[in-house]
Amino acid sequence: MSCALDRRSFLRCGLASGAALGVCEFAQTLVAIPSWAGPQKQDDSRFTVEAKFYQKLQNKKIKCKLCPRECTVGDRERGYCGVRENRGGTYYTLVHSRVCAAHIDPIEKKPLFHYLPGTLAFSLATAGCNVNCKFCQNWDISQVRPEQVPADYAPPKLVAELAKQHDCPTIAYTYSEPVIFSEYLMDTADAGHEAGVRSMVVSNGYMQEESLKTAYGKMDAVKIDLKAFSESYYKDVVVGELKPVLDSLVTLRKMNKWTEIVYLVVPTLNDGDAEFRGLARWIKTNLGVDVPLHFTQFHPEYLLKNLPITPVPTLERAKAIADAEGLHYVYIGNVPGHPAQNTYCPKCRHMLVERVGLTATQILIRKGCCPFCRQPIPGIWHA
Amino acid sequence: MGELMIVMDSTGRRRFLKKCLAGVLLGTSGRMGLLAAGEQGASLAKSRVVIARDALLRGAGTTVDSRRMLSLLDCAMQALFDRDNPIEAWKKLVRPGETVGLKVNALGGRGFSSNLQLVEAICERLQEAGIRANDIVVWDRDTDELEHAGFHVSTGGNSVQCFGTDRVDYEPDLVTHGSVGSRLSKILTQRCNVLINVPVLKDHDGAGVSVALKNMYGVIHNPNKYHPNGCNPYIADLNMLPEIRTTMRLTICDATTASYEGGPGYKPEYSWKNNALIVSQDPVALDYTGWQIIEHKRVEKGLKTLEADGRAPHYIATAADAQHRLGTNDPRRIAVVEV
Repeated sequence: MSCALDRRSFLRCGLASGAALGVCEFAQTLVAIPSWAGPQKQDDSRFTVEAKFYQKLQNKKIKCKLCPRECTVGDRERGYCGVRENRGGTYYTLVHSRVCAAHIDPIEKKPLFHYLPGTLAFSLATAGCNVNCKFCQNWDISQVRPEQVPADYAPPKLVAELAKQHDCPTIAYTYSEPVIFSEYLMDTADAGHEAGVRSMVVSNGYMQEESLKTAYGKMDAVKIDLKAFSESYYKDVVVGELKPVLDSLVTLRKMNKWTEIVYLVVPTLNDGDAEFRGLARWIKTNLGVDVPLHFTQFHPEYLLKNLPITPVPTLERAKAIADAEGLHYVYIGNVPGHPAQNTYCPKCRHMLVERVGLTATQILIRKGCCPFCRQPIPGIWHA
Repeated sequence: MGELMIVMDSTGRRRFLKKCLAGVLLGTSGRMGLLAAGEQGASLAKSRVVIARDALLRGAGTTVDSRRMLSLLDCAMQALFDRDNPIEAWKKLVRPGETVGLKVNALGGRGFSSNLQLVEAICERLQEAGIRANDIVVWDRDTDELEHAGFHVSTGGNSVQCFGTDRVDYEPDLVTHGSVGSRLSKILTQRCNVLINVPVLKDHDGAGVSVALKNMYGVIHNPNKYHPNGCNPYIADLNMLPEIRTTMRLTICDATTASYEGGPGYKPEYSWKNNALIVSQDPVALDYTGWQIIEHKRVEKGLKTLEADGRAPHYIATAADAQHRLGTNDPRRIAVVEV
């Protein structure tokens, strides 16, 4: 087999499929194993790089300092994310440059609505995640170990070069959970910036302050999935914690990073008026009224197949509550054609960005302002 | 079979039962001490756990002697199944035509994985009981780890098969029970209709101990997700999956080398040559018994008990509770038989 990724084969991964995720070509079955056998494991040496955020302990153990989970990991063991391994007292990431999904997506798919609308993002992921959301749409790459999913070698400079060649002003780290491939994300962001390509991340924000500042400090924009506004939901449905995510949002605000928030509304689990109101008030108080908030529609996936799709009126109720609390940019997502996918001026109410599906069909903002009343519209509107 | 097979005490063939310590052999947990008097002795059915020991298993050296291991295994199986002949004992477990998976534990390298001589002995007896060699699969999650542990990888021909799930992948679909949602190894789902669990006896920094039930983490694609909270209730929920429950027939725990601290990795300074096998059809009773052995060793070494260390293996009680019923952790219902 060959894991070397030339431009052509890498782009096959990204461009050949219209599906949500692309899967790269991978090892062919070796001989002399049963007919029902599958692919062989890859040699992981090219993907193995010492991790940046950990502390060495006695007896060859380490404590991971990447996310609040702070896994204590013994020799030859892995942390909760499954992509970091202790080898003789040194902690390694196993997913540097190990891309298991790559696509060219509209930036609206992330979604980022106030960041370079109408542009493309060279989007990629490695395996792994530091939580285990019961509704995960991409569990087949996020909830696996790197050796369990086909992947290819995509070093940072190649990614930056490909993004530029294909008119993508941004590299997006997305699909799984970029927290767990922070080292790769940082190196790729550096390579991108050298080539004039920006970076954005789609993340759960469940990370420690130092790793957040170091890794996401290299991002030009951030989208945080705030999965609920209750600790019980985070504990039971996400297998994480709410407070560190809220702390991350505050830190990003202090870092002056362009940030948008997505809240996936799951019927019966996080769709109460009080939760919507509490969320909106917290955003207003801690982040300000100009942070875009996207209420998105849930679809039954993974371990939550027993719940229905979120009714559109529920999403409209969430938006109405957040609007009433004074947030300026509240969107409804995953409902193609809904008028709440458009951006409106908070002052004169003119439509400023029209979106159909994942495409920005009209962009009227001029120099960051409403052309009708000159109201500044926060965001990054031009490359 | 789904439920564990409860072996009633027998009066026959006692020559194999050099010491039969019915009921509490190795101490009683605090939880059990809280049971109401009326519950005590409520059932005569006991799960048999056989501890077979041979002080001369390694002779004068450090390597396990193959012939003595075979004899030790025979003693254990005959005691467990109450048979005079080891082949007859194995025939109580398997039938010709069945395909048997030996789920070993290869994580500890050569020093602390399922013992090679033990696995060879099991394979030998399985074949004598009518199982074809290539209907036996020795497996764990990873082929490299198996090789590192000293196993000879074999994926074809008429010999015993040996390879990891990495060679065949996991099922694409999830199976779920309670807190667990995982993809199962295709070796389990497509290759075996009988599962024999061959774990090691060791301390575990997360679960407290790792014996029979915890060894099933090697069957799924995402074991890293199930270590919080002392692996509880994850271990119990995982073992409830029908694909595991309906195929699991026996646990032969390799306790020739065991660890009482510093696990799950191999730390020679916290290990001892125990020269024993622990065999049972009740994985919960076996785990409870293994836990007590480790606690006993910790006390002997002047360490705090796992309970005092905040690492008591609560998953064992969960596995025995009314929602799981994977076996018993009640020492009054465990017949520990030493041979």
